[in-house]
Amino acid sequence: MLIQHLDPLASSLFSLLAIVSLLLSFVMLGSRWLKNYLYAFAAESWAIAALSAAVAFYGGYPELYLVALLTALFRGLFLPYLVWRIIRRLNVNREIHVVLQPSTSLVLGALFVMFALSVSYRLAADFSLELTVTVLALTVMLSMKLIGFLMLSVRYEAISQILGLLVLENGIFLGSQILVPGMPLLFELVILFDLLIVVACFGVLVGYLQTHVGTTSSLDLKRLVG
Amino acid sequence: MTVGTLILVLVAAPLTAVIGCLLLPQPRWCEAFNLLASGVSFLCALPLPFLVDGQAMLFWNDYIIVDRLSVWVVLCTSIVYLLASIYAVGYMRLLKEDRRLYKFYALFAGFGLTTLIGPLMNNIGLYWIAIELTTLVSTFLVAFERVAESMEAAWKYIMVVSAGISLALLGTVFFYWAGTFVFGPTYQMTWAVLGEAAPRMNAILLVLAFLLVLVGYGTKVGLAPMHSWLPDAHSESPAPVSAMLSGALLNTAMVGIVRFLGITRQANLGELPELALVVFGVLSLLIGALFIVQQRGIKRLMAYSSVEHMGVIALGFGFGGALGIAGALYHMLNHSLNKSLMFFGAGNMMRAFGTKDIELIRGVGRRFPTQGALWLAGAVAITGAPPFGLFLSEFTIMRAGLRPYFAWAVYTMALLLIVIFIGFMNHFRTMYYRTAPADTPARGSLSGWCTVPMWLSLAPLLILGLWWPAGIWDYVTSIAQTLSPGGP
Repeated sequence: MLIQHLDPLASSLFSLLAIVSLLLSFVMLGSRWLKNYLYAFAAESWAIAALSAAVAFYGGYPELYLVALLTALFRGLFLPYLVWRIIRRLNVNREIHVVLQPSTSLVLGALFVMFALSVSYRLAADFSLELTVTVLALTVMLSMKLIGFLMLSVRYEAISQILGLLVLENGIFLGSQILVPGMPLLFELVILFDLLIVVACFGVLVGYLQTHVGTTSSLDLKRLVG
Repeated sequence: MTVGTLILVLVAAPLTAVIGCLLLPQPRWCEAFNLLASGVSFLCALPLPFLVDGQAMLFWNDYIIVDRLSVWVVLCTSIVYLLASIYAVGYMRLLKEDRRLYKFYALFAGFGLTTLIGPLMNNIGLYWIAIELTTLVSTFLVAFERVAESMEAAWKYIMVVSAGISLALLGTVFFYWAGTFVFGPTYQMTWAVLGEAAPRMNAILLVLAFLLVLVGYGTKVGLAPMHSWLPDAHSESPAPVSAMLSGALLNTAMVGIVRFLGITRQANLGELPELALVVFGVLSLLIGALFIVQQRGIKRLMAYSSVEHMGVIALGFGFGGALGIAGALYHMLNHSLNKSLMFFGAGNMMRAFGTKDIELIRGVGRRFPTQGALWLAGAVAITGAPPFGLFLSEFTIMRAGLRPYFAWAVYTMALLLIVIFIGFMNHFRTMYYRTAPADTPARGSLSGWCTVPMWLSLAPLLILGLWWPAGIWDYVTSIAQTLSPGGP
């Protein structure tokens, strides 16, 4: 296993990148402007791409270089560009209906990280692998998952929800590269590919929502109840 | 013909239909392509259960698994696909959308394709991808009518299901991770390999992974409380699509849960995984019952009934043992047939009366004697009353649960099924026998395309209720043995 014999430099590099990604998801959580939200997502994707490259270099998985390249191109450039275009076309700049103030959601996010940390400690203790990188990767993976769900549930703009979903996937992607770098390549490639389609779908759907319902806020989606 | 060729044709037929619809966008041609493809798929799926014995067959570098479970679900799916394709010919003509019809049929055949290949995936990653593909294709089908309601339904569908399926992905990664402690960093992530490794995997990680997968794919199956997308998507999509969503898609996602449950069972973790499934099953029945009783929309009524039946199937797999699994598999087939019938009837009435509101649909039996009778028989069947197939399968599932550990679930299930029976029948009484305040006009006539599939689904349902063929019994119990090796 990769994580069991890492040199200290590599392990601190992995930790740094994982923590940067986690911090960026906090930036997303705390910002109300969709643009900032989007920039943070792009930066997070670049951090994850760098992580892939680092894992490829230190772990000796050459195929991960390709994954790094694809992550940077698709998630770091193409998807943000696509979302940026939608933002510009729909002319929405910020969340209008705020359920939770950014400060409240930051505190909640911090609580989620603590929860994720305790779960990861429990798991790692059970394996008797007291490796900080494992615990950190698990923590970041689970807390990005929880933060993504938080974003999905407290934001109503369609764009925010798309980005929330992408954070969910980013979390898994980040964690799986550290925990299971040997997982067959096919898998990761298709996640990228899949997301591309998902966002394309979303773009179309958002367009539809705008033309037919006249709004992109899911707060106004309440015709179907019961 | 060998199994391999049959599988190839089974998958190639809808693929050809997709290409055909895109190359030749004439509405009548596209109807024909799709109908032909569904017929061919059905004919290929029909002999498969006779050709596959207890041993799983692998094709294409082990990426495709053809075993009794996958073949069974493929058969259910292809039946619904065929019935829905016949029905779609009549129904889609009523919508007067000839110009966009080729898109509908291309997507519909694509939806058929993805639901057919889902159960055949042998690699847990590819299975996840197949499920995600079904979502991508069907979102556009849900949104096909382009009114505000169907947009809303499509949006909820894709958001809720994608979020759910991302949990399933996390669970899949955890399963793989648990396996790396046994096999090292890289190995083939097939069902069989993971099952082999399960006894040596870390128990806590395995439980965590299973629960994540259960919640993730459970969202797609429509188990409560993750069902919130289901009533919207089922009620707002065109009726043939509703039938496919309910009769085919939900089963395809259930296969994943069943296979992961099989892996987890190998590890002897006690009853926890089964208990989780049973709790979700009971919750689904409860939510189904509550919303059926006070329902006002006709298609939403059918949608909540799907939540209920997925709950029943989850209970069957949760109770386990030969009886439980056999009952659940038999229930899958019966539910696929019956729910198609119900959605076809609901679609017809919706078109005939121009409303989805139960209160405004009156005198069905008087105005449409044949169709009304078929639909009413279907309603009796779907509530689990004899002499139809669902009675037998629900009864078998209840028998399976009658042991001290799960007896509470059986009693709750029985009570809720009675509540559902009363609630469901009450709505049908309103639609059939209460006189209309101001006689609502019944518009338009329905073509034979809309009635024939109702006959085709009711007839086997009646036969399967009167006679559970010994061949089918042996078949489903043999699946039960592969899924729970040491079970009672």
